[in-house]
This record gives sequence, structure tokens and C-alpha cells, in this order.
Amino acid sequence: MSDTALAAPGVASPRRLVWQRRRSAVARNWTLYRQNRQGMVGLGVMVFFALLALAAPLLVPPADIEPATAQGLPNHPPYMGYPLGTDNFGRSVLDLVIVGARISLLVGVTATFVAVALGATIGLISGYYGGTKIDVGLNAITNWFLVIPWLILAIVLSAILGASVWIIILVIGVTSWAQPARLIRAQALSVRARPYVERARVLGCGDRSILTRHILPNVAPVIFANAILTVAVAILTETTLSILGLGDATAISWGVIIEQAFSAGAMTNGYWWWMMPPGIAIVCVTLSFTMCGYALDEVLNPKLRGR
Amino acid sequence: MRVRYVVRKLGWAAVTLMFVLCFNFFLFRIMPGDPAGLLARSQRLTETEIAEQRAIFGLDKPLMSQFWTYLHETFTGNLGTSYLTGQPVLETISSRVWPTVLLVGVGTSVAIWLGLRMGIKGGWHRGSTYDRTSLYGSLTLYSTPEGWLGMMLLIIFAGSLGWFPVGGYDSGEDLSGLAHVIDVAKHLFLPAATLALGYGASYMIVMRSSLLEVKDEDFVATARAKGLTETMVRRRHAVPNAFLPSFTLIVLSFGFVLGGSIVIETIFSYPGIGLLTYQAIDAYDYPVLQGVFLISSVAVVIANLLADITYGFLDPRIEEV
Repeated sequence: MSDTALAAPGVASPRRLVWQRRRSAVARNWTLYRQNRQGMVGLGVMVFFALLALAAPLLVPPADIEPATAQGLPNHPPYMGYPLGTDNFGRSVLDLVIVGARISLLVGVTATFVAVALGATIGLISGYYGGTKIDVGLNAITNWFLVIPWLILAIVLSAILGASVWIIILVIGVTSWAQPARLIRAQALSVRARPYVERARVLGCGDRSILTRHILPNVAPVIFANAILTVAVAILTETTLSILGLGDATAISWGVIIEQAFSAGAMTNGYWWWMMPPGIAIVCVTLSFTMCGYALDEVLNPKLRGR
Repeated sequence: MRVRYVVRKLGWAAVTLMFVLCFNFFLFRIMPGDPAGLLARSQRLTETEIAEQRAIFGLDKPLMSQFWTYLHETFTGNLGTSYLTGQPVLETISSRVWPTVLLVGVGTSVAIWLGLRMGIKGGWHRGSTYDRTSLYGSLTLYSTPEGWLGMMLLIIFAGSLGWFPVGGYDSGEDLSGLAHVIDVAKHLFLPAATLALGYGASYMIVMRSSLLEVKDEDFVATARAKGLTETMVRRRHAVPNAFLPSFTLIVLSFGFVLGGSIVIETIFSYPGIGLLTYQAIDAYDYPVLQGVFLISSVAVVIANLLADITYGFLDPRIEEV
């Protein structure tokens, strides 16, 4: 029996009602979000860099960032046609930064996806079965990952597994899921105690259906806000790993540009035009994600509003 | 009584460390190529020394028996031999402990002092110019990779201005007394400043938001109503209650700070555990990496244990949870 079959003519089906309610909730939150200046500035910067990353292949011909075919003078401060100067291969630093946006954002977003998917699954199950052996076990694992020095673990893991973009994504994901998991568990614990969950159980819903139909949709906003903040941490972690030489030298990220400048002696020779732009780009993007995350938190968490 | 709480925390710390031990063992067995094969990458060890290492850690025996050997050797203080230098790992690491303790100690202390002060002042006068400036400044610093921040400070203050040395622990000259202390302090300044700026910013954000959390609570209004001055309300009532959550977060961040010090030491060639780690990564010196992970985990777990126990005494309510 489908939902529509149940509905009387002219009355919306339950499923449509649910979606209508969700749509209006999103619209309401968006109205609130729009009033948050900090959040809108962050969103603007974020969209700018996302578009830059998408358009990178159109803006920068691949030959220009190949060390062998780059046309510029090596290690030159800004001059005609090279507004941010060049690196030791004569590549335009501006081109490098534009191309770097792709890998940095790819790593940030994908690693966050891994971390949040892991964290959400573990947090939801742990919270839903709160107090049982499953919860105790999962919670112990979460706490363990929270306590151990995870940045050092990430460094050791990528040193062992080797340098490739996908391994870095995996390493960041595996070492940073614990924070989201703890947050989501706490949310799931509180949602579980609400009357509609009990009602669903009385009506004969199984664990799986309660988790995916009733608890997940209510925890989803928190997961989303947390994911935005996690992207910032992931981008910073990727930079740290790259600076330590654990990055993928074939996939130019902003961290890799900084590392290449550092090992080419940009510091001692004072090649500031090579070192500064990728770092500033990282600061802008990380700050924009942080600002969006805080703004979202405020919108979704009425207690914080007006701060 | 408190004893039960302390015992429970001690037990949890012991379990955590046991997990670290197991994890460390299996982690270094999943790497591409078995440990025996990796020994061949060694740069300093001779054939006989490699054979000796193989024998000690029983690398040709089944995994479980290797595991027991590993546990036994770890507990008796044998963390293996560095592939790079041929020295015992424990000795290699402990010879590098002091610079890191100095750097992380000074950097974190300044970070906590600065972060808490700014967070309290900003949070108490929410929305003021001071609050806005320090909040956005902190958010920006929080978003800055420590390594890059260090490079910028290095270029400006050591390169262009020449106020500080470019790196190292001291200048290597034979100085004594005060002259030596000043020399070490000069070398310490930039790396410690990088650490303090980077982490002070996040402590500021944490302290500010937990002060905002308690600022509108009833007990603060009560304190004000009974005629206390604003300063007394803040110092005696608001800050002590807001401090506890920040305290936990600061301690939890300790592991992160240790990780950050790896990059900072690398940038400033500061000869602590961080630089050792960097050199170990470069040379595929797995026993040293394994040792660094183990020892930093032990440090972090002990720091957390001490914090938990202190917390239990500071806030008796915690026991009920």
C-alpha cells in the first residue's frame, strides 16, 4: 500500500507533508542565516573559491604548470603577465594557487565526508543504543580516538602508507571522526528520548527504521553544521602533512606549494611572493568555512542566537 | 568517595595505553613490505646488526608470538633500534625531550595566559570593539596553518629585521650562565611565539564562548543583585564556572599541540622530538616513528588523567556523571 493510496482526494499524502515541512524548515533557516553577516561573508568567500576550483582547467592551461613547459623567468618577483611572480620552474604562482584550490578543496571536502560518515554512523548507533553494551563499546573507541594525539597518528599513518591524495583523504578521515561522533551521539541520545520515537516504536517500527526515519532527520542539521567546521580542520591538516613532505607532489595543493617553496629555499632567499599567496588562500578558505559553520550553529541552535 | 573516581580514571588510562600498544604493533605490520624487509632499507645497520634485530623481535615467528615479544621488549624499555643512526630508539628520543618540553611548555603557558585573558575580557564586554577585534583576530589565527605562520614570522623577524636567529636550540658557542640563558631564549622566541599565537587563538574562542554560556545564569544575576562590584562578579562567580569546560578542552588539545610542534620544530630546525620525527619520516625510520607515537600517546594520556583527577576535585558534581 503506497502513501498516496491512503490519502483522501485533495489531502496531501504523509510523505508529501513531510517534505513540505522540511522544505519550509530549510526556507525558515535560510531566512535566519541570511541575516547573519558573518555567515554570508563566509558563504561568499566559500562560493568564490569553489567556482575558482571548478573553473581552474579553463583558467590555467595545463602546459603552464608543467615544470618543463612553463614560460616564465624562474624565481622572479611579480612582473608583466605574472602578477604574483614565479616559482623556481618559472611557473606563475597565481596559476599554481588557482590549480591548488582544486586539490585543497577536494581533500578538505572528501576527507570530511569520510570523517562525518564514520562519525555519524558510530555516533547514531551509540546514541540510539545508549547505555547498552554496544554504546559502551563504541563510546570507548570514540573516547580513545579523542584522547590519542591524532595529528601525530595522521603523520605516522601517512608516513607508513605513502604519499597519494587518496591516502591523505583516508588518513584525515580516519583520524578526525571522533569529534563528530561524540557530538552526534549526544544529539541522538536526546532525540531518542522524545515522545515521537516512542510512538514509532509502539507502532511497530524496527530499530533500523527508527534510526533512519526518525532520529537521522532530526540529527542531520547538527551533522551538517559540524561537517562544515570539519572541512576547515581537514584543510589545515592536509597543509600540515604537506609541509612535512607527506603530501602528493604530483597533485598540487596549497600545502604542496608551500612545501615546495620551503624546500627550494624560498625562506632564505626571501621569495615572499612564492610563500605568501598559498598561505593566504588557506587562511581565507578555512576562515570562510569556520564562519559558515558558526553561523549555521547559531541558526540551528536557538540557545546561541544573539551572541 | 573520591577514591572510586580516581581508580576508575586510572583504569581507563591503563586501558587506553594498552590499546595504544596493540594499535602501535599492528599499525607497523600493515605497512607495505614486512618489517624484516624494511630493515634492509636501513642506512647504518650492518648485516649482523639486522640479524640481531630480527632475532630480538622474532620477525620470522608467527604474528602472535611477535606480539608477545613486542610487549615484553616495550615494557623492559626496548623500543628497537633506529634504522638511521643505529642507536636505541628510547635513547634517541629521550635525548631530544628537553627542547620539546621547553618549547611546548613555554608556548602553551603563554597561549593559555593570553587566550584566557582575551577570552574573558572579550566575552564579558560582548560586542565591544575589543571583543570584535580579538574574536576576528583569533578566528583568523585559528584558520592559519602553524607551519606557514612560523615561516612568515621567520621571514619577517629573522630574515628581514634580523632580530632573532633563524633556527636551532642555541648558537653553539660556549656560553655560560646568563649569556647562555639569553641565547637559548632568543632561539626559543619565534617558535614559541608561533605555538602561542596558533593555540592561544583557539583557547580565546573557547573561553569566550563558555563565559557567554554562564554570563546570563541566575547565580551571576544574584551575585550582582547582592551588590558585588562588576569585577567581583566576574572574578568570583562567572569566570570560575566558565573555566571548567575550557580546562577540559585545553587539556584535550594537548595532543594536537604536540603534533603542531612537529611542524614548528621542522620550520625552525629546533632539535626536539618534532624535528626527530621529521627526520625519521624522511629516512623511513619506522622504529623511531613508532616510538614517537607511543611516547607522545603516553604523555597525552597522563596529561588527561591528571586533568580528569584535578577536574574531579575542582568540580565535585562530575562524580555523579
